[in-house]
Amino acid sequence: MPATEKAGARPGSHASPLLAEADRLMTVCNSCRYCEGLCAVFPAMEMRRAFPDGDLNYLANLCHSCGACYVDCQFSPPHEFDVNVPRVLAQVRDDSYAAYAWPRALAPMFARNGLVVSIVAALSVAAFILGFVAWHDPRVLFGTHTGSGAFYLLMPHNAMALLFGAAFLYAIVALAMGVRAFWRDIGDPVRLAPGAWWQAMRDAASLRYLDGGGIGCYNHDERPNDRRAFYHHLTFYGFAFCFASTCVATLYHYLLAREAPYPWWDLPVVLGTLGGVGLIFGPLGLLIAKLRRDPVMVDARATGMEMAFIVMLFLTSLTGLALLLLRATPAMPLLLALHLGVVFALFITMPYGKFVHGIYRFAALLHYAKEHRAFMSKD
Amino acid sequence: MTELTTKYDVLVAGGGNAALCAAIAAARSGARVLVVEMASKFYRGGNTRHTRNIRCAHDAATATLSGPYPEEEFFSDLLQVTRGATDEALARHMIHESKAVLDWLPQQGVRFQPSLGGTLSLGRTNSFFLGGGRSMLNALYLTAEGLGVAIAYEAEVIDLAIDNGMFLSATVRRGGERHTVRAATFVAACGGFESNIEWLKQSWGAAADNFLIRGTPNNRGTVLKLLIERGVQETGDPTQCHAVAIDARAPKYDGGIITRLDCVVFGIVVNKNARRFYDEGEDIWPKRYAIWGRLVAQQPDQIAYIIFDATALTLFMPSLYPPIAATSIRELAGTLSLDPDALDKTVADFNAAVRPGTFDDTILDDCRTEGLEPPKSHWARRIETAPYYAYPVRPGITFTYLATRVNRQARMLMRDGRPSANMFAAGEIMAGNVLGRGYAAGIGMTIGSVFGRIAGTEAAKHARN
Repeated sequence: MPATEKAGARPGSHASPLLAEADRLMTVCNSCRYCEGLCAVFPAMEMRRAFPDGDLNYLANLCHSCGACYVDCQFSPPHEFDVNVPRVLAQVRDDSYAAYAWPRALAPMFARNGLVVSIVAALSVAAFILGFVAWHDPRVLFGTHTGSGAFYLLMPHNAMALLFGAAFLYAIVALAMGVRAFWRDIGDPVRLAPGAWWQAMRDAASLRYLDGGGIGCYNHDERPNDRRAFYHHLTFYGFAFCFASTCVATLYHYLLAREAPYPWWDLPVVLGTLGGVGLIFGPLGLLIAKLRRDPVMVDARATGMEMAFIVMLFLTSLTGLALLLLRATPAMPLLLALHLGVVFALFITMPYGKFVHGIYRFAALLHYAKEHRAFMSKD
Repeated sequence: MTELTTKYDVLVAGGGNAALCAAIAAARSGARVLVVEMASKFYRGGNTRHTRNIRCAHDAATATLSGPYPEEEFFSDLLQVTRGATDEALARHMIHESKAVLDWLPQQGVRFQPSLGGTLSLGRTNSFFLGGGRSMLNALYLTAEGLGVAIAYEAEVIDLAIDNGMFLSATVRRGGERHTVRAATFVAACGGFESNIEWLKQSWGAAADNFLIRGTPNNRGTVLKLLIERGVQETGDPTQCHAVAIDARAPKYDGGIITRLDCVVFGIVVNKNARRFYDEGEDIWPKRYAIWGRLVAQQPDQIAYIIFDATALTLFMPSLYPPIAATSIRELAGTLSLDPDALDKTVADFNAAVRPGTFDDTILDDCRTEGLEPPKSHWARRIETAPYYAYPVRPGITFTYLATRVNRQARMLMRDGRPSANMFAAGEIMAGNVLGRGYAAGIGMTIGSVFGRIAGTEAAKHARN
């Protein structure tokens, strides 16, 4: 009695052939379980006997793509069982971003994302330059402006705050709607669980599951290392420091009536500089790791999206640091327009690009923390 | 590409746990080592790829083992599974050395984890490899490469020059070319002959054509046969192999552990004539799973079907292939190409013989049949709740018992009883010395790691002198 279909295939309906393949892999893996100790995906899988689409999207977003299960699997290709969990879960994950996008009409932004983000970024930068020119004498763009409030000669602070506040708010609403759809799909009961939140925050902050079960993630061969985790930390905490810098500056402005630019030793500049340095080296390191990564584990369709996000983070930091260094020179107005344009584009494309991975990953970690706790207390 | 023409201190045939432990131990003793592995880099490691744990004696609980497992208990477990078919002195030596191996393996990069879900019964005795057997192999290969061990893939030993118990050279075929590889010592660590269907047929006849091989297709026994032909003493039953019932839809080779089915105790098992042939509830499954390969091998066309109903579906590990489902027993028979009347009668007779009891799959419960031949002694419940399910099963061969005789130094013994000057054996190729019959989880890896380490150390010592 030869198998008519690939091992692990079972009847059932899925929204896409990729989800059907993910179901097949989880069925194979659930009859093996050797990878149980590598990350959270396999223990979560073991709590199930069947894999509807919502569960597969959850498992896909729980996967950090460390690659250990591929390197350790006796059934990975060229074995006929063709078990490639990192790639298939990456594909399902990337599809899930579009599936949960809000509004639905903007879901296609995930396809050809690199192109879309580039265009938005270019248009944003152009808009700021034109805006500065239109509102002022064109010569202001090439003048030297120093001292408190120098930036706001080019764009009034309230206009800046309103524009970026609106862009940021929109990003938050769109992301929240996406997570809401994800949360409904995976069927998590809406219930506060402070312990699980704390657990998920620690797991996310430490990239607990990007370590191949303790020896580092796999990138281009069977030798594990921790470089991706290191560069991701630089990027994430760099972003967090930059964000904190912006928040502190906003508080300074409205509460203390202290206007930018601030001296180099002041908190917004220190935070921004540290974050900016992280956001230079982090994305560069991730870019190099990405270029060297074994293509067998990668969702090739998402390369544009991933590159776009890395480049946008890098440009945000590069233009920000350039602004800091050259703010007393005639290059300042143009650099300001460049920086604001990039940051604006980053914000408004956030809900439709690689940025969302962090949000869904966190939601998946939270769901895992909740269900793992419930499972352990049941046993 | 790895050089085959230089003279090495130690030539290791094989690429699994035993071979790598031998290579690492020899390299750590200062020897120049060449490993010739028949498989490609991906398939390297033979049956070790499919393993998941090792059984080592230990006097206290560890971070991954829940309690002590004294040498004496290990030996009594071995006596029980082999029913005495073991070389006691050698077995005791292995068990003693297994203690050190528990520390030695992590030093070679192997990582342990607590027992996997569903294997709690092994949590005290067996150390599980984090990521499984291939992860263990990857660690051993990285360590071996770091120590300068030369590794040749897709390189098969096809002949051995042995003079009066003294290894001279091996003929190695790689990419269509033959190379004469000279070395001061030889370690045979390249498995048994279970993938050699022609050889299996010598004992099993045409039935062997219907056997599935659970592991590597490369264990064809070439080196084992050469050694025996060249005067090495054999031990272990040459006609026997370890066989379990696995899903009949599994591939011919390399389906690994995931094609196993743990549901015999929850239903009935019928042959192609839709008749039962053995007590499915004789004892708890870990004690009985290894007899079902042989039982199915004795049935016509070497095929059988586990039949159960909806009440049993979630009582066992999820299976790789879905069970075949039907709304009635007759329909199920039709799907399986069995005689519907015959299957209907078998199920009806079974159902009529089931006595009331309290079902408990964790103990030998009191659910049994009365007046039925063969009986079902435990966990007998009527098969009456649709949908009905079936798994087709065939014999799945794990390994063979025929072995080269060795002493405590893992040195091969010649037919006249003298130890070979420079030939050693480790792993499945010599497992029959301590495991003459039966099996206990993780013991194949114990044999591989312990004797591999000894063989490598002794071979390096010999090469130095």
